[in-house]
Amino acid sequence: MDGIHDMGGMHGFGAVEREADEPVFHADWEGRALGLLLQAADGMGFVDDHLRSRIERTPPADYLRLSYYQLWIRALETLMVERGVASAAEIAERVAATSEGGRAPGGSDVTLDAVEAMVAGGASTKRPEVEIAPGYAVGDRVRVRNDHPFHHTRAPRYTRGRLGEVVIDHGVFVFPDTNSEEQGEAPRHCYAVRFSARELWGAEASPHDSLCVDFWEPYLEKA
Amino acid sequence: MAEHHHHRHGEPESEMTLRVRAIEQLLAEKGLVDPTAIDRLVELYETRVGPHNGARVVARAWTDPPFRDRLLENGTDAIAELGISGLQGENMVVVENTPQVHNIVVCTLCSCYPWPVLGLPPVWYKSPPYRSRIVREPRAVLAEFGVDVPAEQEVRVWDSSAEIRYMVLPQRPGESAGLGEEDLAAMVTRDGMIGTAAV
Repeated sequence: MDGIHDMGGMHGFGAVEREADEPVFHADWEGRALGLLLQAADGMGFVDDHLRSRIERTPPADYLRLSYYQLWIRALETLMVERGVASAAEIAERVAATSEGGRAPGGSDVTLDAVEAMVAGGASTKRPEVEIAPGYAVGDRVRVRNDHPFHHTRAPRYTRGRLGEVVIDHGVFVFPDTNSEEQGEAPRHCYAVRFSARELWGAEASPHDSLCVDFWEPYLEKA
Repeated sequence: MAEHHHHRHGEPESEMTLRVRAIEQLLAEKGLVDPTAIDRLVELYETRVGPHNGARVVARAWTDPPFRDRLLENGTDAIAELGISGLQGENMVVVENTPQVHNIVVCTLCSCYPWPVLGLPPVWYKSPPYRSRIVREPRAVLAEFGVDVPAEQEVRVWDSSAEIRYMVLPQRPGESAGLGEEDLAAMVTRDGMIGTAAV
């Protein structure tokens, strides 16, 4: 999807503003939001592909207005409705009925060490058991396909149609274009491709500089 | 809790507090989340998972050449030797800064970041200015961060567009000779491992 999220190379956003001694969370709700996302993923059956695709459907003006945790919560609500966990009306009613200071019911005696062990296991989308012959090898010249699908995809717009060289074969990973749309994992090889800065940005770019971007095999064609 | 003036707001803070609490209640009632586990996750990312982990990896690489070789060959496995692994770092690639190449990491499409070694990303890393500009004018952004890269040194930007998470291995500072691993780790900054600081 050619959305506002795909902002590599855009002009006009101004200076990068850094915050001194930035806290991990800027408000308690941000920490709760992170925990909700990590906890609910298993039970609701979603992974990052689903979350990202829902975030990207946020209207551009809203996307820029909202903080990243706000975008996450909005996408979580969308997934709750899609998966039948709660209707939009139920969520709205509950928000209206919620007051400060309340705490969600339930809870367990899970320890920090237990949660740490769970997180340490990760949730890899690499599928080494799926044997697929790679279509490209390190050193191959490739071009990024000039595709502009309406669905979720991970080939940044600034690379499309551009010529680069395969520098790493990362192995076989779940393909986000199908997985995000509930059409299966369809694992594919994923490669790092290196472009000269001038190939992407023209003669004003430094002749010494380069960019490396990761692509699933279907995003590429032989150059 | 910190002041919120650096934070972009779409809705007032109190409204988000209520909204997130309502969602947590709904999900807890359906058995989809455990509020205590959320407490522990917040604690985990506030205390145990952070750039001090990545700094240990860097210090080890600076003092143990065979480890450095393993780290550059297979980042995930070498980092796991130090007991560091997990969500958003399942498949790690470590890229080494040299006198010839200065590496920088970004995610232009969202906010991908190597959590096990660096913790959760700062707001600026997820912000439109960084995501839009670092690929287009990396030297200008580096200059704003106070990093001066010689014209002949290659600036190489890694856009984390898939499920690989990248970390930069900074160059060991010249003045660090004789220092032990712990002292070296104390010199390493989060931004050094993103590539927006020298060390």
